[in-house]
Amino acid sequence: MSTCPGCALLCDDIEVVVESGRIKETRNACRRGAARIKGCINRLAPTIDQKPSDIESAIKKAAGILKDSKSPMLFGFSNSTCEAQVKGIQLAKKLGAMIDDTSSFCQGLLIEKILQKKFRTCTLEDVRNKADVLVYWGSDAQDSQPRHLSRFSYFPRGESRQRGYEEDRIAIAIDVRESNTAKICKGHFYRIQPKGDREFILALIDALSGKVPAYEPKKILELAAILKKAEFGVIFVGIGLTYSIKEDFDILVSLADKLPNFQIMPMVGHYNMRGFNENLFKETGFVNRVRFHDTAVHDDKYSIIEALREKSIDALLVAGSDPLSSLTRSLIRHLASIPVICIDPCVTMTSKIAAVTIPCAVSGVESGGTAVRMDGKKIGLSKIIESDYLTDEELLVRLMGAL
Amino acid sequence: MVTVLEIYQLLPKTNCKICGESTCMAFSVSLLGRKRKISECTPILEVNFKKQKEKLEALLLPSAGAEETGMIVHPELCTGCGNCVVACPVDVANDPKGAAIGCAPTNDKVIFRVVDGKVVASNIKECRRFGKNRVLCYACIDPCPTGAIEFV
Ligand code: SF4
Ligand code: SF4
Ligand code: SF4
Ligand code: SF4
Repeated sequence: MSTCPGCALLCDDIEVVVESGRIKETRNACRRGAARIKGCINRLAPTIDQKPSDIESAIKKAAGILKDSKSPMLFGFSNSTCEAQVKGIQLAKKLGAMIDDTSSFCQGLLIEKILQKKFRTCTLEDVRNKADVLVYWGSDAQDSQPRHLSRFSYFPRGESRQRGYEEDRIAIAIDVRESNTAKICKGHFYRIQPKGDREFILALIDALSGKVPAYEPKKILELAAILKKAEFGVIFVGIGLTYSIKEDFDILVSLADKLPNFQIMPMVGHYNMRGFNENLFKETGFVNRVRFHDTAVHDDKYSIIEALREKSIDALLVAGSDPLSSLTRSLIRHLASIPVICIDPCVTMTSKIAAVTIPCAVSGVESGGTAVRMDGKKIGLSKIIESDYLTDEELLVRLMGAL
Repeated sequence: MVTVLEIYQLLPKTNCKICGESTCMAFSVSLLGRKRKISECTPILEVNFKKQKEKLEALLLPSAGAEETGMIVHPELCTGCGNCVVACPVDVANDPKGAAIGCAPTNDKVIFRVVDGKVVASNIKECRRFGKNRVLCYACIDPCPTGAIEFV
């Protein structure tokens, strides 16, 4: 059995048929996972200034860039093992650099609150065994974590849910559009306006407090009645919800307080984003947006978005991430004007503009390690096939050595 | 879903019995149930029915690749999510420690499994829609968000 690094569900029941050192077939992994395990279409090659090079020279060049930089940033690591993440954090410390990851414009806020124990939370095994009311909020699990409903949340039978999903579980979707997940939640789909989450939460808090909600009272009261009856409920908080209430995140804490039988679980995309958040939290008390001086300082201006907007960084090391593909054009302009070092198994948009590219092994396929599942459980990654590529962890160690 | 009437409208409607059925309507029912082939109605093979025959073939095409139970899996639509694997009552009964609890199937008796990211069906004869005590089961169709499973 192997673990799939396709998303933060980290399915560890994958069978892989290997024939003469190559992956021939995957079993049990969803389409996204199967594609991930089969590897990238375009493998990254070592380059310096877009010209072919070798790993040693590329590392040396990268070290030079970081040494010359007054204000470097390290970004990414959500597709890296915990072991590599720890090395990345050490490197940032050594350089006095900023360090940030995709959670900074994704689920970081929520994970931080969970690590600070502001929410009750549980494991996915608890969900399978006990959960009777499931709320997918601002999350299209069916699309982003394709096996979420089948492995854990809705379809499987569990210890106290023996009669199957039709009788033992209620699935509810709250979203701005009828996603594939919402389609499965037939009859329990609540459509909200974009950015309408806050209004919906406040109305729900009213309903749960015995007041008549100001907004869509009939629907909200009906939903509140279902939630109140739950023996073991879970709200799966997707990026849609986190993003829409980021200015006033504590209303979700208030809602959770009104629902004592409910657990809160973050829906995480990249396979080890939560791992990065946890590792940085352990080191600094923050999940992202950190700059190391004498101590670790946390500030919004240390997020990749703010740092690019304020042009406050003069070099960027990207590991296992493709910021170029998700940033707006105005931010990319600064990104394109500073030296970028890209460590990745595959060619990405970011690697195409990078001053130095250093290929690494595909973690979870060509190298093993550990990762943190969306619910916080540590899962082992296995090495499925041999390869000559160094892991990102080894590359970061060498880079530190070369400084 | 194709109906008997749609098929009937395209047949010669002469009730000539050449096909072995007593009426064209009876033949339509057999065609829909895949018990007979279009070519068994020899009159429709004649030139003057060419258009109707083509229409009929197009109408029945989707079921041409179907299993005996009428199941068709559209691999291009399947995301490999595994909902059908876990929801199918046959899989639940035959693999209580695997598919039934959301894990990878642990034996070969299941109907659905995911290979290379897409679902493949085997042991179709076990399907509840088949055999003596058949029931109209929807447990694999309803949980599929992409409509990748179809019965014709
Ligand atoms: S759900 Fe995620 S971890 Fe599981 S097989 Fe699919 S991509 Fe891989
Ligand atoms: S052979 Fe064709 S035309 Fe004759 S009864 Fe059968 S279906 Fe009708
Ligand atoms: S119709 Fe029912 S028994 Fe047949 S394959 Fe689908 S879920 Fe299984
Ligand atoms: S439920 Fe549909 S999409 Fe999911 S594995 Fe089955 S056929 Fe494929």
